[in-house]
Amino acid sequence: MIRKTRPHITQNEPLLFEISSPGKRAWQLPDLDVPAVDANEALGSDAVRHEIDNFPEVSEVEAIRHFTRLSTWNYAIDLGMYPLGSCTMKYNPRINELVARTEGLAWAHPYQPEQLAQGAMEVTAVLEAALCEITGMDAISLQPAAGAHGEMTGIMLIRSLLQSRGNPRRRLLIPDSAHGTNPATAAMVGYEVQNIRSNDQGLVDLAALEQVVDDQTAGIMITNPNTVGVFEENIIKVTEILHRRGALVYMDGANMNALVGIARPGDFGIDVMHLNLHKTFSTPHGGGGPGAGPVAVKQHLEPFLPTPRLKRTNDAWSWDYNHPQSIGRVRAFYGNFGVLVRALAYIMAHGREGLRQATVDAVLNANYIRKHLEPWFDLPYKAPSMHECVFSDSRQAKKGVRTGDIAKRLIDYGFHPYTVSFPLIVPGALMIEPTETEGKRELDLFIDALISIANEIEQDPQIVLKAPHLTRTSRVDEVTAARKPIVRWKPESTASQAAD
Amino acid sequence: MRYLPKSDSERRQMLDVCGLGSTDELFSHLPPEARLQRPLKLDPGKSEYEIVDWFRERGLETAPGYASFLGAGVYSHYRPVLVDTVVSRGEFLTSYTPYQAEISQGTLTTIFEFQTMICQLTGMEVANASMYDGSTAVPEAAMMAVRITGRHKVLIARSVHPEYREVLKTYCQHQGMPIDEVAFDLKQGSVQLSDAEAKLSDEVAAIIIQSPNFFGVVEEVKAAADLAHKHGALLVVIFTEAVSLGLLEPARDADIVAGELQSFAISPSYGGPYAGIIATRDKYIRQLPGRLVGETKDANGNRAFCLTLSTREQHIRREKATSNICTNQALIALMATVFMTVYGKEGLRELAQQNLSKAHYLASGLTRRFSGPFFNEFVIEAPESLNDELLRERIIGGVPLGRWYPELQNTMLVCATEMTKREHMDTFRRVANAVSEPALAEGARR
Repeated sequence: MIRKTRPHITQNEPLLFEISSPGKRAWQLPDLDVPAVDANEALGSDAVRHEIDNFPEVSEVEAIRHFTRLSTWNYAIDLGMYPLGSCTMKYNPRINELVARTEGLAWAHPYQPEQLAQGAMEVTAVLEAALCEITGMDAISLQPAAGAHGEMTGIMLIRSLLQSRGNPRRRLLIPDSAHGTNPATAAMVGYEVQNIRSNDQGLVDLAALEQVVDDQTAGIMITNPNTVGVFEENIIKVTEILHRRGALVYMDGANMNALVGIARPGDFGIDVMHLNLHKTFSTPHGGGGPGAGPVAVKQHLEPFLPTPRLKRTNDAWSWDYNHPQSIGRVRAFYGNFGVLVRALAYIMAHGREGLRQATVDAVLNANYIRKHLEPWFDLPYKAPSMHECVFSDSRQAKKGVRTGDIAKRLIDYGFHPYTVSFPLIVPGALMIEPTETEGKRELDLFIDALISIANEIEQDPQIVLKAPHLTRTSRVDEVTAARKPIVRWKPESTASQAAD
Repeated sequence: MRYLPKSDSERRQMLDVCGLGSTDELFSHLPPEARLQRPLKLDPGKSEYEIVDWFRERGLETAPGYASFLGAGVYSHYRPVLVDTVVSRGEFLTSYTPYQAEISQGTLTTIFEFQTMICQLTGMEVANASMYDGSTAVPEAAMMAVRITGRHKVLIARSVHPEYREVLKTYCQHQGMPIDEVAFDLKQGSVQLSDAEAKLSDEVAAIIIQSPNFFGVVEEVKAAADLAHKHGALLVVIFTEAVSLGLLEPARDADIVAGELQSFAISPSYGGPYAGIIATRDKYIRQLPGRLVGETKDANGNRAFCLTLSTREQHIRREKATSNICTNQALIALMATVFMTVYGKEGLRELAQQNLSKAHYLASGLTRRFSGPFFNEFVIEAPESLNDELLRERIIGGVPLGRWYPELQNTMLVCATEMTKREHMDTFRRVANAVSEPALAEGARR
């Protein structure tokens, strides 16, 4: 039975270009307090454009209704649980939004004199110190804009260190359970990817690893806990095998929400890692970004970190560009500062005890879900779960229902789907990460929903195969979208769309 | 802790279900040597009030109340109230990447509108859903040009933002993509196409220029495009000041346009988060990096949108992807979308017109270094002491260029926008003239 939702009316809304009409305005500029300049004279008439064809013209009321109506077509954390494995969709505290808009900070220009930027630099420095303590690493760069950007930075650091030792080496090892960004990153930094198979517990196979590591191995990109939600219990041995051959260990910090306050990568042999502040540290996902992907390193990689780096002299902060071994900039300015502000506010709110309790609750939530769902769904890897649990659809597949179908049916029950068909080592994966910010009531509703769907599959698989039934948009034809891409609105297509 | 929605008794019940005696047992399988055996060395949790207060104090240390003439890739434009109103809605703020199209039509629709408006502004045919920022869009555009042409070398004008060039260098160093720089004309401040021509060869994938360029000078895009195309290379045009697109003819002759949308209601925020874009021709769509939203239909025949052409992306193609980018700047792109909607066709033009007028008013009393046409920023000749003198008037002056350009010592880049007040410009001009007269006199004595 569906307990969490009941349909309600949603408003239709055409595209901006379809509600636009000449002469409408949502803006007013102050009167110009200087003489108006003739653009044709100042720039030359060839350099001045004609009007921007079909650019919107709407009133303020239409504008706010437009975006408000569209917003109601979205699911969001503020509406309920978002059990996306590996994505750590947790509550986004609103105070973070408030402090990010603090006047001096929000309007700080990256080139304003350092003596007039001390507050912004202090925020950066305090966050750097907190993240080093949390990860057990020695130094950090907050410049990377997202996780994949942090990966690229981290692998470049490895390459630069190895280069300084005489040989950058050729290959990076990447477990078959890894995120797609890992191999894509390796390619951008000029490394060949060597996939390594997981063992029957979903862990890195030590014997296999021993065999593939050689003097052309630059390092390994490892996720811990891995993408089946299992802590790599041999992590220290893994790092020893790599280090013995002069290779380095990169940790994808996507799953750091399972470790904060409990275990530190710097203590179990990791050389370099990134954090996703938009996962572990609660900054909002915003429909796909912005994020921030700080890269933390042990001492031996510090000389290679991107410039500029913060420096404290004579009781003041300054930006230090003098790091001759640095890989260089990976982004203009100093990183996604507004995201850093939010992450620091989150760390301050939790404090040392709160951060640890958050990890405990995240792991408890995942284990609670696993315990309840194990009788209904196949659990291919039985090792203890950390912050997420991964089921397979193998039982349901016998009735012709796959993980993607179950995910769509979950929408009718009022939940965002879990992560579908990832990691690749689990056929038909249902990857569930509840995070710590779900209460018992929401978890129970979620568990009930999945059990109810499991029963539907036994009794009437069609209801699941055709889901979702209760959304304003039914199953979307993604195949046609890719076959005949329409990626911008054009005036001539207006007529065919008038039906909306 | 206020973000954790469980009572201790609920935790107890849940542990019972899991057959565990204490929460510590959740971690008993971790190797003890990997465990942290002490509390983190961080402060205890703080109340909302304490946190707000701490950040307010940091804000007070960060030049509130100063007038500023800084530009150089980050511009102070007014942010319409509607922008924060819209992006503060939880349905936009707290939603995930719209992979599940059925419950993400709000985000998908706004991205489709964003892509459309970026095409309208830039004169291109397809635009992606955003890049991290303008600087990282440059190497992404360069790598795209390399894939399209099958060539591997890149020429970039020295009149492109110096930090953007540094980012390009970082990205390209391990990809077998040599970079050569193209000089600028010391009188005009524009890219020196004769130097580009001398450096072009059948190995060059693209020429990258910026317009208006880092010195604020509007480049002649058509001539650069003709030159690139004559040699089988692509032309990539960068912009950092998106408001200029309200008035300036877009780079229609370019093959790829990459830029930064910070000017569209995105707070300067000490350097980020901003939003970059890449736009191009339809024929290059499969080489475009980043997410893309397409129009389609749902099972009931209604118009619907979804993420599309994902076979370009890392989660499908892994090491053969067009880029490793995953998370982008969706919410920031939404800010820009609302901004473009508020100003619209007429408003964006008037806004650009005001920027042009203000900057030319400021320039009229100062010594410009370059003679090329400019939009809202320009280089002046001024000793470094000018900025110190201006600070006494609570004015932050320009960006000195000597740190990037040895040949441009004693010059600075200054910017005026619709937010720049006439009284501050008058003060700037008065102080600048007072400072440069003795300096010039001293120079003459030597």
